[in-house]
Amino acid sequence: MTKTYILEDLDCAHCAAKIEEAVAKLEGVTKSSVALLTQKLVVEIADAKAGKLTKEVKRIVEKIEPDVTVTEK
Amino acid sequence: MTKKLKKRLYRILGGMALFAAAMALRQFFGEAHPNVVLAAFLASFLVSGGDVVKKAVMNIVKGQVFDENFLMTIATTGAFLVGEYPEGAAVMLFYQVGEWFQAYAVNQSRRSIRELMDIRPDYANVVRGGEIVTVEPEAVVPGEVIVVKPGERIPLDGVIEKGATALDTMALTGESMPREADVGDTVISGCVNQSAVIELRVTKEFGESTVSRILELVENAGSRKSESENFISRFARCYTPIVVALAAVLAVLPPLVLGGGWNIWIYRALSFLVVSCPCALVISIPLSFFGGLGGASRSGILIKGSNYLEALAKTEIVVMDKTGTLTKGNFVVKEIVPADGVTAETLLELAACAESGSNHPISRSLRQAYEASGRAIDTGRIAQVEETAGFGVRAVIDGKKILAGNRRHMEQNGIVCMEAAAVGTVVYLACDERCLGYLVIGDEVKPDAANAVSELFASRVRDVVMLTGDRRETAEAVAAEIGIRHVCAELLPGDKVARMEALMAEKSDGGKLVFVGDGMNDAPVLARSDIGIAMGGLGSDAAIEAADVVIMTDEPSKIAGAIAISRRTLAIVRQNIVFAIGVKVLILLLAACGMASMWAAVFGDVGVAVIAILNAMRALKA
Repeated sequence: MTKTYILEDLDCAHCAAKIEEAVAKLEGVTKSSVALLTQKLVVEIADAKAGKLTKEVKRIVEKIEPDVTVTEK
Repeated sequence: MTKKLKKRLYRILGGMALFAAAMALRQFFGEAHPNVVLAAFLASFLVSGGDVVKKAVMNIVKGQVFDENFLMTIATTGAFLVGEYPEGAAVMLFYQVGEWFQAYAVNQSRRSIRELMDIRPDYANVVRGGEIVTVEPEAVVPGEVIVVKPGERIPLDGVIEKGATALDTMALTGESMPREADVGDTVISGCVNQSAVIELRVTKEFGESTVSRILELVENAGSRKSESENFISRFARCYTPIVVALAAVLAVLPPLVLGGGWNIWIYRALSFLVVSCPCALVISIPLSFFGGLGGASRSGILIKGSNYLEALAKTEIVVMDKTGTLTKGNFVVKEIVPADGVTAETLLELAACAESGSNHPISRSLRQAYEASGRAIDTGRIAQVEETAGFGVRAVIDGKKILAGNRRHMEQNGIVCMEAAAVGTVVYLACDERCLGYLVIGDEVKPDAANAVSELFASRVRDVVMLTGDRRETAEAVAAEIGIRHVCAELLPGDKVARMEALMAEKSDGGKLVFVGDGMNDAPVLARSDIGIAMGGLGSDAAIEAADVVIMTDEPSKIAGAIAISRRTLAIVRQNIVFAIGVKVLILLLAACGMASMWAAVFGDVGVAVIAILNAMRALKA
């Protein structure tokens, strides 16, 4: 399944790349893509693993760029 | 300007004021009170860059090293330690100015792209219980009736129940001519109603409506990344560690080998750290693509991803479907050839009357041609209509026995006809066993089709191929008219895929094959091509679904337009890559020999980034 998150206040390209990479390494994730300009994170994940995704994404973003607010779309 | 940006601006201005004060202090009391001067520079440093230092420390605690905050902190505190106070404070200040400009520019471009795609309707006027209620478009269900006043955006797809108007489709198609819409016509959301109040019966819920689909498509386009973007990500991943490692070597090795002068080499190494961030590239390349996608959608070309935008530039072969792509797909009377003693008007009149009961596209074209001449069919004159499928009709008009149909229809009834030397479908007419002449009906070539083909050749496309299931004669005539030399006619649907495979084998390694169809029955061919373009995407879900690029209007000339936008975007991308890497490498070389100060290094970091962003914004003005 595909999940989309809005990363509000994301304005650093470096951090975008880091968030993308860190999310890609999560269990069950097959594709992770951050678009800096639309401030969106799109994750493709195996259905069985999707339950914890939001929590994990929030943890990663908090670690890399604490100013960014994550909301699930 | 957002609140966050404003706050940062005030901090920068404060830092600048303190910096100016520190410079003045150094000028006048530098000798007497060196500690006061140091304190003033430190104050400027902390006001402008305190958050950078804080972030650097926080990130190290969290196990994130090597980010730009860390590198800037090291570089500037390093400058303070080797006694270059003004440099330390100024570099931080300029870094912050640059970062601010970067955030501002990204913000602005985000906004202009959002404005570009400003087709989202805010409300819908729905009729409920005899009254008009204003609600969110999401709250309207299919089957309800909505009212759209002049000047309002149509919130949901629907069919007109009452009223006739002109619609402004500019935001969707880039087309400035208003489109006429009357009762029974399907209208799509996102258009602006121009002239009169209309009532629509909603056919789709908001999430499924055209405007939602377009917005979703454009917003998600950025997540299909191009090769250039992937290259930059890979480059950025190795660039920073390499430059940092070089800085370490530069700080330690020369003083050990050449002896002495630690401060000089450390200063040079610190300049390296300042240039070590690949921000200019990481931010401007996706921005260029995004601008290109935005610019394309403004002219009615929806591209589903940066990867397709990039691939379009390498178009080598363009394969086009005939009907619906190069031709309008509606049939019209092209030629009226009456026999001796018969006028063209009479011939058309009899043909239209005889065929008036049939709904075949050919019959419809005859009626349209007749009505276009300002007359109406009087059904009272027509009697005993008898249709033979695949041949034609027999009817009695004004008491005369009329026969209309193809050649075989005439022959079967023992009528000798003249030979028609034309391309298209021929309808013969006979009255009381005598041939009255014939009408030629053809599909109309789109007005810009010839232009579209010549523009494609002008943009260095190697081959333009026309695929069609139509008769060879018709296909070749159309091809000759618009300048296509390579025609594959009389193809069955399965043959099209096979023909496509053969063409794919013909192109060179890096070249791309583009297929253009109307998106109706060509899903397998669209999928097999490198880039599938669907024409006339307005209101056709199937087309938007199947293709990689959707052209919102019916104009094939937009294909060359899409290629031009793609090449322009890629040129900007290439300029930015060469410029950013070039300046950075140059500054690294100069810094290593001691010919570039830390000031130059700051320009190499944020100055280059800002210039690259401004350049990237040009991609938007397609």
